[in-house]
Amino acid sequence: MQANVSVRRFNPDEEAPKSYDQEYQVEVEDNFTVLDTLIKVREEIDGSLALRCSCRASICGSCAIRVNGHAVLACKTRVSEHLSDDGSVRIEPMGNQPVIKDLVVDLNPFFDKIRAVEPYMQPSMPEPEAEYLAPNEVMLHLVDVMGCIMCGACVSDCTVLEVDKNFLGPAALAKAYRFVADTRDVEDDKRLRMYNEYGGMWDCTRCGECTEVCPKGVAPMERIMALREKAIETRTPAGSYDGATYGYRHSVVFEDIVAHSGRLDETKLVVKTVGMFNLPKLLALVPIAMNAAFRRKIPPLIHSRVPGVGQIHRIAARINAINKRV
Amino acid sequence: MRFAFFPGCVSRGGAPELYQSTVAVAEKIGIELEEIEGWSCTGAGALQESNPLLGDTLNARNFALAQRMGLPIMTICSTCQGVMAQAKVKLEDEEYRAQVNEILATEGLEYTGGIQVKHMLWVMVEDIGLDKIKSLAVRSLDGVFLAPFYGCYIVRPSAALEYDEHPQRREALELVIEALGATAVDNEGKTRCCGFPILTINEKNSLAMVAKHTGEAQDLGADAMVTPCPLCHLNLDGFQAKAAKQMGRQINVPILHLPQLIGAALGMDGPSLGLNRHIISAFDVAMKMGIRV
Repeated sequence: MQANVSVRRFNPDEEAPKSYDQEYQVEVEDNFTVLDTLIKVREEIDGSLALRCSCRASICGSCAIRVNGHAVLACKTRVSEHLSDDGSVRIEPMGNQPVIKDLVVDLNPFFDKIRAVEPYMQPSMPEPEAEYLAPNEVMLHLVDVMGCIMCGACVSDCTVLEVDKNFLGPAALAKAYRFVADTRDVEDDKRLRMYNEYGGMWDCTRCGECTEVCPKGVAPMERIMALREKAIETRTPAGSYDGATYGYRHSVVFEDIVAHSGRLDETKLVVKTVGMFNLPKLLALVPIAMNAAFRRKIPPLIHSRVPGVGQIHRIAARINAINKRV
Repeated sequence: MRFAFFPGCVSRGGAPELYQSTVAVAEKIGIELEEIEGWSCTGAGALQESNPLLGDTLNARNFALAQRMGLPIMTICSTCQGVMAQAKVKLEDEEYRAQVNEILATEGLEYTGGIQVKHMLWVMVEDIGLDKIKSLAVRSLDGVFLAPFYGCYIVRPSAALEYDEHPQRREALELVIEALGATAVDNEGKTRCCGFPILTINEKNSLAMVAKHTGEAQDLGADAMVTPCPLCHLNLDGFQAKAAKQMGRQINVPILHLPQLIGAALGMDGPSLGLNRHIISAFDVAMKMGIRV
């Protein structure tokens, strides 16, 4: 079959470098991957096309690109599954990372963020002669997160990085979780304080893009949620960043409200999250609240509880008892 | 066609016009909605990070209440849809479901698995059908340009939301917009995050997302955006002016709830759909649709 491949190109050596799309018509087999297709373009049609690849077996993580707007490993993705009715497919370099040439991006910012979370074990025991041993059963839950091949797909599609380059991002935070959850590492407290800072775990929107595109099942968003759960469990105090305080309180207050009345009370959630005596924050919300009130959109000031709310109270109490036992 | 109706907290709080328009439209189309008595919050993803077991148990409780009614669930919130879909997947594990059912047992409740949870958007495409929607539309929306905006939780995780089994879900909003005679404006932001979950945590980033998506829709010539998610609506509508100011540009794009759009095409009037209750005025788009607000 014929594929009409549109490739986003960029040549830094041109006088005024600018991205543009180039179309290629290429004959592909049913079992062709996107990488097979691009290599065929490079070898048979246009030798100037730059792309990065190595193992061709979804192990090395070199060939991550965007296909029809979403990050994938080119070697793990069948082109036939992404062709539109007219046989076209859109190929672009990964997002949120500077383009060096065509489909090749600069991974230095990616690795800077990985390094920023101190991605190495910090045990308290004296250095053994061989490995730091741990029983299989305490390591099993880390198998998926340790499967990260650092391809950058999750970072490419992260919605927070699109608006804030300072965010540590899903790959680095998943790596951070890997060490917090490793029983041999004893620096949880220091780590959680560090990840509590601006650009850390609380800035994730839980949009799920990273988990959706990860080709190795690392599920970065779930790791970020698990990091937050740890911070809440250990009552890690907030760092210098306000958002850490609000993020932490938002979760705790949300749970309190739902366990108390069964449903969300939006007014109480906002007031208790920012703090009842935090006048600057509360005053900043007044114009928006007045606007909403003017249009009869303000939630009732006296929040009504779910009918039969006693049932929710008893369920929450039982779960608290179970959680304390664990 | 009957459903156990799960309205979600926001349609009973900050977005009452969503509840109002849903009830009006359902009656007009002939969908019987029986509200689940005593339904609770799904946890919205926030409860799932502080107390996952409580989140799953409250969802199992909602499922058990719906099963007692013998009806599938219909929701009108992308976030509730996604959280319930994920809870449903977790509760397919029999051992875990037994643990949760043990907690529910003293309340005389049991969730037996296999509940069907459907957003109104999917009900329109899969149960009502696009042909029926077309036949019901009495008001021409020809020349009205609408940018779809899904909300994360009705798009991801696609496996829990059964996208492979129901491929039309990938473009359900565009299908409904086009079936009603309007033109869907394709936009890059349509499946991205509106920023609502971090509004109190990192307002600057949250507002940057609002400005990015509403600004894109405006630049593409959309008369309004349409969303099946009330949380997206709260942010895109309520914080649009502040977001535009932060970005240093003019943005003025009304945000419609899905049932408001359907109701407009079905010939209903503005006040009965709550079109007069938006922060960003829907007056111009309503006029274009031939409705008085």
